[in-house]
Amino acid sequence: MKLQRFYVAGIALTASVALAACGSDNTDSPAASDASAASANCAAGDLTAQGSSAQKNAMDEWIKAYQGQCSGAKIGYESSGSGAGIQAFIAGTADFAGSDSALKEDEQPQADAKCPGGQALNLPMVIGPIAVVYNLDGVENLQFSPATLAKIFAGKVTKWDDPAIKAENADAKLPSTAIQSVHRSDESGTTDNFTKYLSKTAEADWTFGNAKAWKAPGGVGAAKSDGVATAVKSTVGAISYVELSFAENSDLKMAKIKNGAGEFVELTGESAGKTIAGAKVKGTGNDLALDIDYTTTEAGAYPIVLVTYEIACSKGSPKAAAIKGFLSYTASTGGQSALAELGYAPLPEAVRSKVETSVAAIS
Amino acid sequence: MSLLEKEVPGVVMTPDNIRSKKLPWAVDLGVAVVALIVAAAVVLGLGLGNWVLVVVVGIVFYLAGMFAAATRVEGRRSARNRLWKTLIYAACILAILPLASVVWTLVSKGAARLDGEFFGTSMNNIGARDPNGGAYHAIIGTLEQVGLATLMAVPLGVLGAIYLVEYGRGKFALTVRFFVDVMTGIPSIVAGLFILAFWVLIVSPWFNNGTPRFSGFAASLALTVLMLPTIVRSTEEMLRLVPGPLREGAYALGVPQWKTIVKVVLPTALPGIVTGVMLAVARAAGETAPVLLVAGGAAAINFDPFAGNQSSLALYVYQQAGDASRFAPERAWTAALTLVALVLILTIAAKLLARRNRLT
Amino acid sequence: METGFRALSTAAGAMVLVIIVAIAIFLISKAVPALQANTENFLSYKAWFPNDAEPKFGIAALAFGTVLTSIIALIVAVPIALGIALFLSHYAPKRLANPLGFIIDLLAAVPSVVFGLWGRDVFRVPVQDFSVWLNKYFSWLPIFGGDGPFGRSILLGSLVLAIMVLPIVTSLSREVFQQTPLMNEEAALALGATKWEMIRTAVVPYGKPGVIAAIMLGLGRALGETIALALTLGIVFNISFNLIESGGNSIAANIANTFGEANATGRGALIASGLVLFAITLVVNMAARAIIYRRREFRDSAA
Repeated sequence: MKLQRFYVAGIALTASVALAACGSDNTDSPAASDASAASANCAAGDLTAQGSSAQKNAMDEWIKAYQGQCSGAKIGYESSGSGAGIQAFIAGTADFAGSDSALKEDEQPQADAKCPGGQALNLPMVIGPIAVVYNLDGVENLQFSPATLAKIFAGKVTKWDDPAIKAENADAKLPSTAIQSVHRSDESGTTDNFTKYLSKTAEADWTFGNAKAWKAPGGVGAAKSDGVATAVKSTVGAISYVELSFAENSDLKMAKIKNGAGEFVELTGESAGKTIAGAKVKGTGNDLALDIDYTTTEAGAYPIVLVTYEIACSKGSPKAAAIKGFLSYTASTGGQSALAELGYAPLPEAVRSKVETSVAAIS
Repeated sequence: MSLLEKEVPGVVMTPDNIRSKKLPWAVDLGVAVVALIVAAAVVLGLGLGNWVLVVVVGIVFYLAGMFAAATRVEGRRSARNRLWKTLIYAACILAILPLASVVWTLVSKGAARLDGEFFGTSMNNIGARDPNGGAYHAIIGTLEQVGLATLMAVPLGVLGAIYLVEYGRGKFALTVRFFVDVMTGIPSIVAGLFILAFWVLIVSPWFNNGTPRFSGFAASLALTVLMLPTIVRSTEEMLRLVPGPLREGAYALGVPQWKTIVKVVLPTALPGIVTGVMLAVARAAGETAPVLLVAGGAAAINFDPFAGNQSSLALYVYQQAGDASRFAPERAWTAALTLVALVLILTIAAKLLARRNRLT
Repeated sequence: METGFRALSTAAGAMVLVIIVAIAIFLISKAVPALQANTENFLSYKAWFPNDAEPKFGIAALAFGTVLTSIIALIVAVPIALGIALFLSHYAPKRLANPLGFIIDLLAAVPSVVFGLWGRDVFRVPVQDFSVWLNKYFSWLPIFGGDGPFGRSILLGSLVLAIMVLPIVTSLSREVFQQTPLMNEEAALALGATKWEMIRTAVVPYGKPGVIAAIMLGLGRALGETIALALTLGIVFNISFNLIESGGNSIAANIANTFGEANATGRGALIASGLVLFAITLVVNMAARAIIYRRREFRDSAA
């Protein structure tokens, strides 16, 4: 008698599992039709990649478009973090890695070992501008110099009507409320790049160097980019730094930043791209590791940017063809322009064409 | 008569007032209204706060007012009795409020994405701008991980309980019993770290060319650690409820002990054991931390629990909650609603089963 | 066959001990290399930078936050839980007590990630308003001081935790209260005690050890809670008694937050912090169980 009940339960369970087995991975995506670049050189094959979470949205978009065009391609990108991505590449579990910084000196030979006959390339692929966001009632268009920003985030300037801020914002009606600086509490490439910017442009006021973890005293932490955005949005008097996409999603006010040429520049895809265009390539040959000039004197350049790289073998990867196919799409004009609405800036043409050349040489 | 009068001076024990005096309920109501009005006047008049504070202050005034009134009419002891009764009732209402809020939020926010696509697709190929996307892969992950964990935890747990009830004697059995109880309190994140250190970092490289690998199976190992003590404990209780004469009858017929256990004791206790297992499954299905640590999470469907990252419903909720996309919160709430529905159905079914098959 | 079955079930029973020992061994084996690489004092350092070239990490701030949130959660939850337990065992009519007890049990079944999400998206707003109000009138108290921001604070985390430990404390205390011998209760009533006096003199003293054990089990639960706190706390590494300013962190929440970007040393460091958590919860749970075991009558009904 009682056993019957379990039979029924068992049948129900089997039935529900069988019913459920019709789920889909959205692979028949309609993206093929709207993709601006029908020019992707399709290459079949499975690719596993992982790394930086800063380029997750870009990767998601690219993978969707690429797989839509190329039926034989299957690409997985897991946003496990830059460090984990590089480690996975070195260990051989990732075919290419996404990273917020180029390979370090001690990592380069380890990564090269995975590329018999070649080297591990740093290919700049995604530009993520970092916005300085704030929340003040009735105060628009604030602008900051690097020194003032450094003082604020180091806790040396504590009131919104501090003379240092007033000097740069003559027209703004600044209240006397306390400044609440908010920073990332988890480790992130965003923090690394923002603090690198501060340490390069405001040495006198920023003595904490640069790292993925926030090292300056004071301020409050918030987890992940969405935590930062929420904290700023819900707190009058708060200021923080966050990727452009999060600032846009949360409708936060973004400050203009003074560049090396002395002008205060608004953050747009174009103005961020100008900084990258002026960056020096410090890699050799097809390696395109960039040295960003945060003090750029280029007119109209927004200086706080984060460049994330794809790390891939120039030669010797068993999946070279598939990697080449996918990366040549991401480096194409079509691939780059697909990112604009996601809060990324497209690679400036000068850099993009170099990346395309490097990718074309992969074998 | 006269004796009573002497002992309690001032109270005349006539049949009319031998029962203690009671405040009429109208006084109760009156005090409540006055307390609220006074509270509103004070709080809003001085601009101290909003209606919430009015209610809180009103309740305090009400308690004080009733205490004073009851002390005058019913006596101090009775007034104290009233005060505590009100406080205890208030505690109940206070506890129901958050539950009601959780349920309401789940239903109102979760309904937005409660569609076929949510249950039929994964998050693969879903960019930040795409409003669609689903939790199919997460549901598969939850079912596989919890299923595997159940397959491992149930035999182990039931055998462990059989040991405690049928065979265990002496110090060792007491120690096992004690640590089963202690083990119910192990935080889920510690179980996750244990499997991370033991399975993912040390054992899994043997099967994967020397590199550690996340997998759904690792998650089910961690869930097993969490389910085991619950199953041992509930099974043990059920086995103890099996009447002794049943066992003795079997022994008298010459049936060996192991066969008695398998053929007589276990079937008798089966419904109770199933209840315990279902409760353990419900708890395991809701765990996030161990899955985060050892299965990693994934966007695409992965049917193979032994290789590669997998997601789960709980982890899906956590990851969507922290996602950049403006469509992510909707997905998170719908997944949360699904998860709660799954867990509550299991729990309620288990409790109903328990009620119907009560052994005692 | 008999010996085989016996050996099998004994092995299954022993498995529990094996697992507990294995947890300790494996956590220690992965924690030690990280601890050796640590260039700061693990117990007293207040920040968490295990992924640097010179790893620096310590659990002082994390352990403080873990204990503080748990204790505040208990301070809030225990009186309410005991109130409900008494209501269910002695005040409510049976028709009401059973469904209400059932609802409280369901509260325990709701996954913690759901409470976390609810706490972050819904409950944060009233708590933030309440914090601002507290700050306005009670800022002279250090725990309510500061000048913001308020919201994702220790107060929010603790209140969410309180809701989560409420069902455990309630259901265990309810059971002990129900077990009060009827004779004791009737004797108290016969002596003319009011209902409250009966509870104070007969029910509470009888149930005291069981209630203490229930509270400690609730404490064990609160200490180990991960995801709800990871979503509701402000995640700041400091030791501060300020309850309402954004901040707070806990060992478990830190593991969930920083695990993604951790390298080998970072993972080891997180495992080391997990080891500390394991040790704390083990001690709390063992103490609670020891109390329960000393009360044999209560033993067989404890969950």
